[in-house]
Formats: sequence, C-alpha cells, structure tokens
Amino acid sequence: MGQYCFPPKDKRETLFQYFCGFSAYFTYCLVLLLFGFFLFFAYPLLKSGGYFLLLVTPWQPLAGNYGIGPMIAGTAVISLLAVCLAFPVSLGAAAFCEAGLAPRNLVRWVRPVFQLMTGIPTVVYGFLAVFLLVPFLRKAIGGSGFSVLAASLMLALLIAPTMILFFSDAFRAVPGEHLRVMTAMGAHPEEKLVFLLLPQARSGIVAGLLLAAGRAVGDTLIALMLAGNSLAFPSSLTEPARTLTGHIALVMASDTQSPEFRSIFACGLTLYLITTLLIFFCRRVVVSERGKG
Amino acid sequence: MRCIQKIFILSCLSVSLLVAPVHAGENPSFRGKSGTLQIAGGTAHIPVMRDLARVIMTEAPSVRIAIAGGGSGVGIQKVGEGLVDIGNSGRRPTDREIESYGLVLYRWALDGVALAVHPSNPVGSVDVATLSAIYKGEIRNWKELGGPDRTITLYTRDAASGTREVFWTKALQKGAIAETAHVVASNGAMKTAITQDPGAIGYVSVGHLEPGIKALAFEGVMPGVDTVLSGAYPVSRGLYSSTKGEATGLAADFLNYLYTPEGQAIIREKGFIPAGRD
Repeated sequence: MGQYCFPPKDKRETLFQYFCGFSAYFTYCLVLLLFGFFLFFAYPLLKSGGYFLLLVTPWQPLAGNYGIGPMIAGTAVISLLAVCLAFPVSLGAAAFCEAGLAPRNLVRWVRPVFQLMTGIPTVVYGFLAVFLLVPFLRKAIGGSGFSVLAASLMLALLIAPTMILFFSDAFRAVPGEHLRVMTAMGAHPEEKLVFLLLPQARSGIVAGLLLAAGRAVGDTLIALMLAGNSLAFPSSLTEPARTLTGHIALVMASDTQSPEFRSIFACGLTLYLITTLLIFFCRRVVVSERGKG
Repeated sequence: MRCIQKIFILSCLSVSLLVAPVHAGENPSFRGKSGTLQIAGGTAHIPVMRDLARVIMTEAPSVRIAIAGGGSGVGIQKVGEGLVDIGNSGRRPTDREIESYGLVLYRWALDGVALAVHPSNPVGSVDVATLSAIYKGEIRNWKELGGPDRTITLYTRDAASGTREVFWTKALQKGAIAETAHVVASNGAMKTAITQDPGAIGYVSVGHLEPGIKALAFEGVMPGVDTVLSGAYPVSRGLYSSTKGEATGLAADFLNYLYTPEGQAIIREKGFIPAGRD
C-alpha cells in the first residue's frame, strides 16, 4: 500500500510506522509467551492426572491433592453476582445521565465523580468494607460477614463506574440526527431511550459489560480481603469462598519448590482462559454488530 | 542567602559532631562499613529486622539493607539459592534443607502462638481435644463450651505462614482444619478479623497480642513472654535466620548484632523473647 501514498512518506514516518508495528507485535508475542509460560510450569501437574483432576479433587496439599474446583466456583459466583448487581444500576445511571432524563447541571457534576471512582485503588474499597460493610452484614444476616455477598457488593461498586462510562460513551455515539428526528416526532426522553438509544448502543453495552466482568474476575484484593478465603465450595451467599486470584495470592508465598506452588500456574492458566473467552465473546459481539451496521 | 547557608551547614556539622560520639559507643562494628545486605523470608521477623536496619544505616550511611517478606519457605529457599544474604524463617529449616543448601542457623528469639477470641467472649481456656474438635468443625457453637449461643467462626492462616505451621503442629497436633475456616493473610489481618467478630477464634503471634483481642489459656497455661520462656506454654517456636555457609562480612555483623544488648532490647521491644543460638 506504501507506493500509493501521496505525498511520499518521509523517513521519520516510516520509522514511526516500524516502531508502532514493533510495539504491536511485541505485545502480541508477550501475551503468547505468557500462555506458554503457564503451560510449561503447570505441565507437571496437568500431566499427572489431567486438567480435569484439578477440577474435581479438593485442595489438600498435605494429601497431594491440588484441586482448584472450589476456587473456580468461588470466582464464578462472586464475579457473576457482582456483574448482576452492577449492570442494572450502571445502565440506569448511564441512561439517566445521557438520555436527557437528568438536568444538565447535575450531569456535569456526576460524570466526573464516576471518572474519579474508576481511579480509586481496590485496596481502599477493601479496607473500608472490612470496617464498614463486613460488620454490617454480620449483624444484618449473620455469619462472619466475610462472605460471597460482601465481596460481590464491593466488586459491584468497583466495576460500576467502568460500566457507566462505557455505556455513556455508547449512548453518546448514537447519531444526533436520529435523536432530533425522534424529538421532532414528539417522543419523550424515555421513548428515545427505549426505542432508539438502547438498541443502537447494544454492542457498546455488551462490550462494557464483558470488560467489567473481566475486571471482576481479575480483581484480587477485594476477594482476598472480604471473601473469607475458605476452601469449601460456596454454599450460600453468607458463607465465605475463595477466588482463583485470592488463592494465587495466598499460595504464592509458600515454598517455590512445592507442588502447591506449581498448582498456582494451573490457576493462572484458568484465569487466562476465562479472560480470553470473555474477550473473544466481546469481540464477536462487537464485530458482528459492526458488520450489520 | 549565603549567610543562611553557612549557618545551616555549620549547624549540621555541629549536630553530627554531637551525635557521632553517642553512636560510636553503641556498636563500633558498623562504623565506616559499606555494602548491601539482602534479607527475605518470615514476616514475623520484619519488625525486628527493620528496626535493626534503621539503627545500622543511621550509623553507617553507605550500608544498604533491603528487607522483604515472602514467608518462611521463601526465606529458606532464597538464601539456599544464594539470592539473598540472610533468609528468615519462623520454623527450623528441615534437616534436608539444611543439608542440601548448607545452611547455618541463627536462632535469636522465641515466639509463642496464642489462641485468641473476641474480648466479649466469656470462654477463657481450651484443651487439646476441644481445640481439635473446634478446628475440625465438630463443635460449632460457643454454647457447647459454656459461652453464649453463637456460631463459632474459625480463622486460620495461609499455607506459607510459619505461625500456622507451629499452631497446626503443636496446638492442633496436626489435626484437620475445616474447609469452611476463613483464611487470612497476616497476623494483622487476623487481629482485625477477631476484633470485629464476636464469634471468632483464631491464633496470633504472642508479639501481636493487644487489648482488642483476648488470649485463651491452652491446656491451662496462659500464653505470654514468661510462660513461653519457661517452656510451660507449649505452642512456641524459635525465630530463625539462616545463611548459606558460615555468615561473612555484613551478614555476620548484622546477625551478631541480634545477640548484643542493643539487639536484644529491640527484640524484646517487639514482643519476642531474645534467645541464644541452639
């Protein structure tokens, strides 16, 4: 394609192009390398009984069992619940701000707050929740307070701003002419939201949802500080559970020669696969939407 | 401007002249030394190590001491592989580890691991059998131990914890810990959890006991500096530092400092019991 360029590219431009290309390939290779690295280190465990065995056995390092099933279940339950809690609220907040339902001035004040919230470190949320949310849950619903519910609630708070900003951008991307046409036909803001904005912003909404889900799956500190980290399968929302990320953080400190230590590479592999699937799904949705449009 | 600078420099000089003789008497071995010292491993050791490093680096500014955590297993492994100069562990390295890595041990303090409950809990003591039943999940309510009608919340530490190792070996007699037990990542997190939870039972290093949590007598003996020292309180351990081969240079100086009166004062101040090498 270079030969059709006009005016002819100067040297710096080519150099810049190479640099960008290099950055892209380098990142690409790093991600692939990472996958290979996980496979390589998890191999001794995978070989001895297959990945399946890791899913069904319990975590009993002393008995030679390194099952991560409860942690996968914990991750799934906690992040799914967080997404289910955060999604409607975020969609509502974004719609309120962007669909003409809220007074302009309010939006000007609220949106920066959401932006600010995306930057708050998770450890701050976790720390606050240990002293405020956990005792509250203990009094309100019993148990120790360190539970699936506590972790999910804080995760929901963590991922909501990401979702809101994503959804807002998706709503803003809807062409202004369409909106004006609906206004001319005498549509209420609510009608514009339901019949124009929501259908048009669908791919953006799905993308935001999946990215936020990825963030919920990957977050470590909130789960580590609030979920209780017990090894049992999560049996109720008030019971403690352990996530894959929390598990990695807890086991990583042990002797690096031990099989326990190796098993956390299997956890890493699992997280990698979950994230890959999420991103894959996300891209599928976005690309197919674009194809239609 | 010039004048102020001069005064500043002069005052700095005079202060350093005033301070220098005081430090010279404390520990002459570090004066004029330089180099770096890498320390990693057990987290219980860190308060003592950090204070010691501060004292030394004040005295000898060209000495750099880096202290990392990671847990007992990591400490032993890192010093064995030659990645750090001193490896800390809250347990005695196994004979296999000592032999294969050629480790030389320095035990410099004793530490007890105390059972702890919420201060509002009227239960004051447990024995081996009861404790095992509690941690197995067989006794689930404080009522069965003469306490209020409240579910027992089990708290334990992660697998890398030396504190857990001692508790599991000496208090639980290697008995099972229920899968439903909450796992916390440090002595500090354990304290926070127990302070808040009226149904909690957990264990912390004796150095970490404070008014927010209540220590339980185990087999009729209250954990404390004196009972650990006399051997009456069974759930105790040595705090170890290891070097690969006989310690040399800065590492030797640092470890020897732990046995001087100043070093022992720091150890005592942090809630541990200074001990001789074993």
